[in-house]
Amino acid sequence: MSVTAFLTDSTLCIGCKACEVACKEWNGVDEDGLEWSGFSYDNTGAVGASTWRHVKFVEQPPVPGLGGNAGEQASWTFSSDVCKHCEEAGCLEACPTGSIVRTEFGGVFIQPDVCNGCGYCVASCPFGVVERNRKDGRAFKCTFCYDRQKAGLIPACAKACPTESIKFGELVELRAQANERLQELHRRGIHDAEIYDPRDTSVGGTHAIFIVRGDARSYNLPPAPEVPTAYLKRAWTSSAIAAGLLLGGTLLAFLSDGKSK
Amino acid sequence: MSNPIPAATSSGGPEREQRLDEIRQQAEQQGLQTVGARPAAAPFPKASPENGYYQIPLLKEPPWTWEIPLYFFVGGAAGAAAVIGAIADYTGADRELVRDARWIAAAGSVISPALLISDLGRPERFLAMLRVFKPQSPMSVGVWTLVGFSTGAIATAFAGHLRNRYGSSLPLSVIENAGQAASLAFGLPFSNYTGVLIGATAVPVWNRNVGNLPIHFGASGLGAAVGILELLGHGKSRAIQALGLGAAIFETLEGVRIESQNRSYLGPLKHGTSGWITRTGGALAGPIPTLLRAASLFANRKRSESLRRWASWSSIVGSLVTRIGWIHAGHVSARDWRLPLENEPE
Repeated sequence: MSVTAFLTDSTLCIGCKACEVACKEWNGVDEDGLEWSGFSYDNTGAVGASTWRHVKFVEQPPVPGLGGNAGEQASWTFSSDVCKHCEEAGCLEACPTGSIVRTEFGGVFIQPDVCNGCGYCVASCPFGVVERNRKDGRAFKCTFCYDRQKAGLIPACAKACPTESIKFGELVELRAQANERLQELHRRGIHDAEIYDPRDTSVGGTHAIFIVRGDARSYNLPPAPEVPTAYLKRAWTSSAIAAGLLLGGTLLAFLSDGKSK
Repeated sequence: MSNPIPAATSSGGPEREQRLDEIRQQAEQQGLQTVGARPAAAPFPKASPENGYYQIPLLKEPPWTWEIPLYFFVGGAAGAAAVIGAIADYTGADRELVRDARWIAAAGSVISPALLISDLGRPERFLAMLRVFKPQSPMSVGVWTLVGFSTGAIATAFAGHLRNRYGSSLPLSVIENAGQAASLAFGLPFSNYTGVLIGATAVPVWNRNVGNLPIHFGASGLGAAVGILELLGHGKSRAIQALGLGAAIFETLEGVRIESQNRSYLGPLKHGTSGWITRTGGALAGPIPTLLRAASLFANRKRSESLRRWASWSSIVGSLVTRIGWIHAGHVSARDWRLPLENEPE
């Protein structure tokens, strides 16, 4: 089975949130509450237990002539965020129940009937995607519409996207498509467009690739995400040293105490 | 129309932007923006490479509740107590010391899983942890260590108790010895693996201290175990005194290491509420018991015992406060939007 992926192109996104709605409808995701963020038109903030697709609203300083805006007005770029379905997934490695698995499509899937809500995946995700549902107690995130993919359908968000900002397909093909699209954007004068796919980090690349305008950090896409398993060697070495010191120290203390009596 | 509403004309745009920038700057100077995501007053952060996405934290905070730092404390003390009990037994030390150490380990073996289970989002599914063993997951390794440790420690304590009460028999001594060997083998990692557990996460203040956390937590657990043993009436044992002194010195060095480094990721350990908790815990677990124990070496017998009792209390409380401080610092660190946006982690 081929590895599937998302390519989310923020230069095509119009911020309609159809992906969010389609995702919620299909997957029966909870509502987020009606709270005003007070700092942008985005009142959701981030992906989480009840938000598996999330459209980010990034305000850009005025760029004359770009996107048909009047020269002096700030422009918006929108980017639909989602679980990155990492090549080396921190949540999957951390899960102590084996609830989080890699599907035959290469996605990272939480089996809700196994998850016991330990919360370790939440602390292990370098993208802050997984979250525990307060009411339910279990961890939730994008399923990559595993059920739809099994039935040969494309994920609900990609299906609903009216501008094809969210593309779904094979990872290899989408990576090539992303490069083509980037070249096209550069040709058209949008020189600040870039691809986000952290393949040089311990995460090893993502199955959700993004094309964003400007610095990816403005979209809360970390420049150097690390999968926490990268720290294991140092952690267990330290643990072994601590155990050795405890054993040696205790032996020494009691042996010398015994002798002195 | 005599009084038209000012439209977004070509002259109005840049002025408004400029005015907004002024308000933002003013707010920053007056400290109106709270640390974290939400602005305290009307002016708001922009999405930018420095601010990330409106300063909304990139990472999610671990959803753990009060049970977890308490579990770290109990588990650390129980693990170290089991090691002390086993070594004391093998080296032929005071029998009462062996017995008490075993009971501390056994008590910890009962309390630890209770705390762990009650922290789960779905406590009734605790057993899902035992359907797999994943060496790459510190929590999976930890749970299996806990299972091995608890079984061993509880069996040892009860078998020893039955032997004292009804006399020795072959099955009892087999259980007692096998249990003790298991509680020693599992107790060694159990006393410090919680450092691995939080060290191998995406939370910056934890993973950047990953090489020290297990040793730090191990020393903290030893300090607590020694303190409890002394308060149970082993205030004259020289071995216990030596271990308590060793643990306190280690904790002091860890405090010096943290305080002497000036790194932004160490901020939550030094500033704000989490900083005060961590520093209080560090002082109670490190320098204070070190000084009290050092003084007790030169004091007369009665005074020495009193000083050691104070050192014990200080170590026990310090160990608990240290764990609370580290967990709290992890939450503060996860809320900091800046660290995950750094190109080159420090």
